Amino acid sequence: MNAVTEPHHPYYIPRPSPYPIVLSAALFLLGLGAALRVNALAAGWWALGLGALLFAYVLFRWFGEVIGESRAGLYRAQEDRAFRWGMLWFITSEVVFFASLFGVLFYERNIAVPWLASFNAAHTSWAPFSPWPHFTAHWPNSGPAGTPFEVVNPWGIPALNTLLLLSSGVTVTWAHAGLRAGRRLQLKAGLLLTVALGLTFLGFQAHEFAEAYRDLGLTLHSGVYGATFFILTGFHGLHVTVGAIMLSAILVRAWKGDFTPEHHFAFEAASWYWHFVDVVWLLLFVFVYWL
Amino acid sequence: MSAVNPAIEHLHEPHHDAPPRGITRWLYATNHKDIGVMYLVFGVLMFFVGGLLAELIRSELLTPTMRVLSPEAYNQVITIHGLVMVFAAVMPITTGFANYLIPLMIGAPDMALPRLNNWGFWLLPAAAILLVLPWGLKLLGIGTGTIDTGWTMYAPLSIQAGPGADFAFVAVLLLGLSSTMASINILVTIAQQRAPGMSWLKLPVFVWSWVVTALLLIAVFPALMAGCVMQIADRHFGTHFFSAAGGGDPVLWEHIFWFFGHPEVYILLLPTTGILPHILATFARKPMYGYKAQVYSFVAIGVMSIIVWAHHMFTSGLPAGVEIYFMLSTMAISIPVAVLFFCWFGTIWRGSMTFETPMLFALGYIVLFGIGGLTGLVLSDAAADQQYHNTYFLVAHFHYALFGGPIMGIFAGLYYYLPKMTGRMYSETLGRWHFWLTLIAFNVVFMPQFLLGIAGMPRRIPDYALQFAPLNMVSSIGAFLLGATQLLFLYNLARTVFGTAGAPASARVWEGSSGLEFTLPSPPPFHTFSTPPVIE
Repeated sequence: MNAVTEPHHPYYIPRPSPYPIVLSAALFLLGLGAALRVNALAAGWWALGLGALLFAYVLFRWFGEVIGESRAGLYRAQEDRAFRWGMLWFITSEVVFFASLFGVLFYERNIAVPWLASFNAAHTSWAPFSPWPHFTAHWPNSGPAGTPFEVVNPWGIPALNTLLLLSSGVTVTWAHAGLRAGRRLQLKAGLLLTVALGLTFLGFQAHEFAEAYRDLGLTLHSGVYGATFFILTGFHGLHVTVGAIMLSAILVRAWKGDFTPEHHFAFEAASWYWHFVDVVWLLLFVFVYWL
Repeated sequence: MSAVNPAIEHLHEPHHDAPPRGITRWLYATNHKDIGVMYLVFGVLMFFVGGLLAELIRSELLTPTMRVLSPEAYNQVITIHGLVMVFAAVMPITTGFANYLIPLMIGAPDMALPRLNNWGFWLLPAAAILLVLPWGLKLLGIGTGTIDTGWTMYAPLSIQAGPGADFAFVAVLLLGLSSTMASINILVTIAQQRAPGMSWLKLPVFVWSWVVTALLLIAVFPALMAGCVMQIADRHFGTHFFSAAGGGDPVLWEHIFWFFGHPEVYILLLPTTGILPHILATFARKPMYGYKAQVYSFVAIGVMSIIVWAHHMFTSGLPAGVEIYFMLSTMAISIPVAVLFFCWFGTIWRGSMTFETPMLFALGYIVLFGIGGLTGLVLSDAAADQQYHNTYFLVAHFHYALFGGPIMGIFAGLYYYLPKMTGRMYSETLGRWHFWLTLIAFNVVFMPQFLLGIAGMPRRIPDYALQFAPLNMVSSIGAFLLGATQLLFLYNLARTVFGTAGAPASARVWEGSSGLEFTLPSPPPFHTFSTPPVIE
C-alpha cells in the first residue's frame, strides 16, 4: 500500500452538494421526455427541453465546483488516484457497452441470418414449408422482408475518417508531451488540432449518413444491416461528440492557465476517453465497413 | 480475521462532526452513512411496494376465475412486482449495506467519490417513478398502463407492448447508470481507501463479496443498457434487431437479457453471502471457517455466472449442443456455491451458538436458499427443464433462491447492524416472531407452488383449472400471512429508529462480534476514521 509511505492528509470529503440530485432530476426529465416523445405526446418536447437545459447547467456547475477545488489544492495523491481509478472503471463500462454492440453485430451476421436461411436448406424435410423460400444467408442483409440497399464504400469517407481520428490521437499525445515539458503553446496547439480533427470527423460522418439515406437506400429500416450499422456508428459518433466537448473544455482551461506539468488529471481523463473512442473506431472500420 | 490495534485513535474534528441540519442533509448528502441509510430506507419502502403487488397477485389467484384484476392489469402487476423487487428493493438494500459498512470495515474516512455516490442513489427514485408513472398516465386517459411483458421484457411481445414499455426501458437505463456509478465508487473505495495494513486478504468477507458484485455489475449491466436502446429503436425507429422480417432474431434479446440476468441473480445474492459468515461467526462465537475458500468461491461464482446464462433459454429452441454446454456449466457453478455452504456449516460446527434474530434469519437463509439451490439443479437439466420451465415449479424455485437467499440475508443483516446504526437494540421478542412467522408463511406460500408446477400449472396466467384450486388457496393464505408478518418488522424497525424503547447498544453490540466497525461507538459518529486505524 502506497498510503503507508506518504505523510497523512485527511481525505478530502466534499461538502453537501446540490448537483447530484439535480443531475438525477435532469436525467429523469430527459427519460420522461424521451418516453413521452416516442409515443407522440407533445409534452415530451417540454420535458426534453427542460431536462437538456438542466443537464447542461448542472454539469457546468458541478465541474466548475470540482475545478475550483482542484485549484484550491484540495486534491492530493490519494484523491488523484481515486479519480484515475474512477475514470478507468467508467471507461471499462463503456468497453462493455461497445463490446455488447459488436456482439450483436456478430450474432446477427453469423448466427441469426444463417439460422433464418437454414429453413430453406434443400436437404431438410421442412424446406417446402419455408416462409421465405428465396432468402439466402449473405452479408450485408436486410432480411426476408427487407428492401435493397448499397453499403458505404470503406475506402472513401471511412478511410479518411480513420486517418483523421488516428491523427487526432497523435495530436492529443503531442499536446500531453507539451504540457509535461511546460511548453504551453504546444499544449494549446495540440488540443486545438485534436478538437478540429474531431469536429471534421463528425462533419464527414454526418455527410456519410446523409448520403447513405439519400443515395444508397441504407437507413434504419434496412433490416439487420441498417440497424447494426447505425447503432454502432451512431453511438461512436455520440462518443466522439462527448469527447470533443470534453477536450474543448480542457482547451479553455489550458488557455486560462490551468494544469501544471505534474497535476493535470482532467487532461489525462479526457485523453484516455479520446484514445478509447479511437480504438472503437478502428474496430468499427474493420468489422462494420471493411469486412 | 483482521486483528485490530487496540490503540486505535479516533480523531474527529468536532466542528465537522455534527451532521448538517434540515432536509438538505439528505438531498445533498456526501456522507457515506447518510447515503447508505437513504439506500436502505428506499429499498425497504420499495420492498413493501413490491410486496403489495405480490398480495394483489395472490388475491387474484386465491380462487379460480377473474375477481380482482383484469388480465391486462394482472400482467402489469406481475411485471412491476418483479422489476421493483429486483431493482428497487433488493439491489438498493445491498448497496445501502455496502455504502454504510465498507468504509467502516476497511477503516476509510468515507467512500472515495462522495458526490458520485449521491448521484447513484438519486437515480433510483427517478427510475422507480418512471416505472410506475404509466399507471398515473392511464388515470389521465393516456396509454394502457405499465409494461406488461413480465420482467424479462421478451421480444417480440415487448415490441408490440403499449407505451408503458418505453417508460420501463428508460427506467432500466437509469437503473443501469445508477448501478454502474455505485459499482465504480465501491471498487475505487476498496482499492484506494483501505487503512494501512488492511491488505486484500485481510478484507472482511462482506467487502470481498462486494468486490465481485461490483465487477459483475460493470461487466454486464452495460449490455442490458445497449439492449434497451435496441428495444426502443425496434419499437419506434424501424430497426429489426429482434425481428426476423429484417433478418434479426427475437432470441437475441433473450441472450442479451440473460447475459445480464443470470449474473444479476448473483449480484442480488453475493452481498448477502458476504454478510452471512459474519453473523454465523458472531453467534457461534468462533472464528469464521474457510476465509480464503469463501473469497475464492466468490471469484469463481462471479466468473462462472457470466458464462451460464442460456439455461434460462432451454425452451427457446437452441441447438442441442448449446443446451448441453449451458447445462453442464450451470451444474458446475453449484460447486463454488457448495463450498460456501460447507464454510457456513464449518463456521457454526461445534460453536457455542445462541439464536438471536440475526442468527435465526441466517440459519433460515441456509435452509431456504439450500432448497432454492437444489431445485435449481433440477431445472439446470436441459431435458427435465422442458417439463418444468413455464410452470410454477420455476416460480417456487426462484422465490426460494431470491427470497430465501437475499431477502432472508437482508433481514439478518438489518437486525445484525441495526443496533450499530441506531445505538439501540430492537425488540428481540418481535424479531423472533417476525422470523418464525416469516419462515412458516414463506413455506406455506411457495412449497405448494412446487407441487402445482409438477402438476402442470403454467406460470404468468391469471386464471387456472379447477384441479389447482386447493393448493392455490393454501398458497394465497400463506401470502397474506407473509405480508402481514412484515408489518411486525416495520413496527420493530420504526420502534428502534424513532422510539426510545430499545436498550442502548454497546460498541461491540454482540458478545461474539469482531471487525473494525465494532470498535466504533453505536451509533458511530458522523465522520469516522478521519485518521486511518492501523491494522496489524
